[in-house]
Amino acid sequence: MRLLTHNMLSSNIKGVTNGFPLRIEVEKVVEKSVDFNPDFLKNMFAKIEYKALVEASRIMGYAELPDHAEPSMLESDDFLRKFHHALMELHLEEGTLVCPETGRRFPVNKGVPNMLLHEDEV
Amino acid sequence: MTSRPELKAPPEVFYNDEEARKYTSSSRIIEIQAQLSERALELLALPDDGVPKLLLDIGCGSGLSGETLTESGHQWIGFDISPSMLDVALEREAEGDLILGDMGQGLGVRPGVIDGAISISAVQWLCNADKSCHEPRKRLKSFFESLYRCLARGARAVFQVYPENLAQRELILGYAMRAGFAGGVVVDFPHSTKRRKEYLVLTCGPPSLSSATPKAKGEDEESCSDEESSGDEENQTVSISDRHRPRKKQKLNKKVKGREWVLRKKEQMRRKGNAVPLDTKYTARKRKAGF
Repeated sequence: MRLLTHNMLSSNIKGVTNGFPLRIEVEKVVEKSVDFNPDFLKNMFAKIEYKALVEASRIMGYAELPDHAEPSMLESDDFLRKFHHALMELHLEEGTLVCPETGRRFPVNKGVPNMLLHEDEV
Repeated sequence: MTSRPELKAPPEVFYNDEEARKYTSSSRIIEIQAQLSERALELLALPDDGVPKLLLDIGCGSGLSGETLTESGHQWIGFDISPSMLDVALEREAEGDLILGDMGQGLGVRPGVIDGAISISAVQWLCNADKSCHEPRKRLKSFFESLYRCLARGARAVFQVYPENLAQRELILGYAMRAGFAGGVVVDFPHSTKRRKEYLVLTCGPPSLSSATPKAKGEDEESCSDEESSGDEENQTVSISDRHRPRKKQKLNKKVKGREWVLRKKEQMRRKGNAVPLDTKYTARKRKAGF
């Protein structure tokens, strides 16, 4: 699961008001190379919760991404490459996503998070 | 169709390892899924600006439909309830991220971030009550509300569905409308039992020319791709449901408790044979506040 997807997911449990972002517990990270597409990145930048992305990338072991980002930084190729790497190329293969409010754990196996809720959580 | 998978078992049971493998190794199924996905993508009417979009593939299964999205250059996130199908998707090295989840529980995706959603042969599974705790209506509601929330303004959702009957299709469409979607149904090749395919085309955002339901295929053996030229209405086999219908406003003005209504109801009761007091000048008179 890429950080792009992690940045889109929120805990869906009944009664949770702020289920974003899910805390990441890493067991295994895999880096996969993805085609660099500046247009896509610029488009996504507006939708991404940047702070959550930075935190997540640090946990995954990538510390190059700057703490804060302005839209003007998108002109810099250097920043775009770092943004691309953090967003698209870091994969959580094994680990857990944790709901920030309830502490409920969603396991991640083979890169696939299991977001199935129990009956009482719906 | 002689027997529907939906009547045999819940999706995560029906699509077990064996079925998942069978499904994905059948070249016929692969071809059909590719065609359906291509058509769905076409109906999604994404802007032709060369910028990859972030799409959802709901009920992505073994990644057959996702492949079409990848081939068109888009990024996608797939949802499916069957671990066996997702395993096959992993084997086939699906490019999109896969999530094991139940669409009837809500998608859990942040508001306004998705550029479009497709679903091939999956949404009708929501209409089943596979577990005693399942309430199809609640699930339909959860699904459509969460989908509406996560779609960006002006984005579309296209679902290729196999509804069991008209009532099921209306049920699905009804919950979509209630969640705020506008849109309708496109039926390709409506007169051919074999080739007939239904697509729910739903839009988020203000109705405009681009959200008018696209032209269906097969009425005059011509295929269409550009639905901006929706001037030619002749061949449409669609129903357009617009949530801004003026009809709704009229309904609110109807006076339910007027004297006329009371007299009418009393007449009905008399015809039935009930004992009803006589109509006098006091009938349906406005009572003092004390009542």
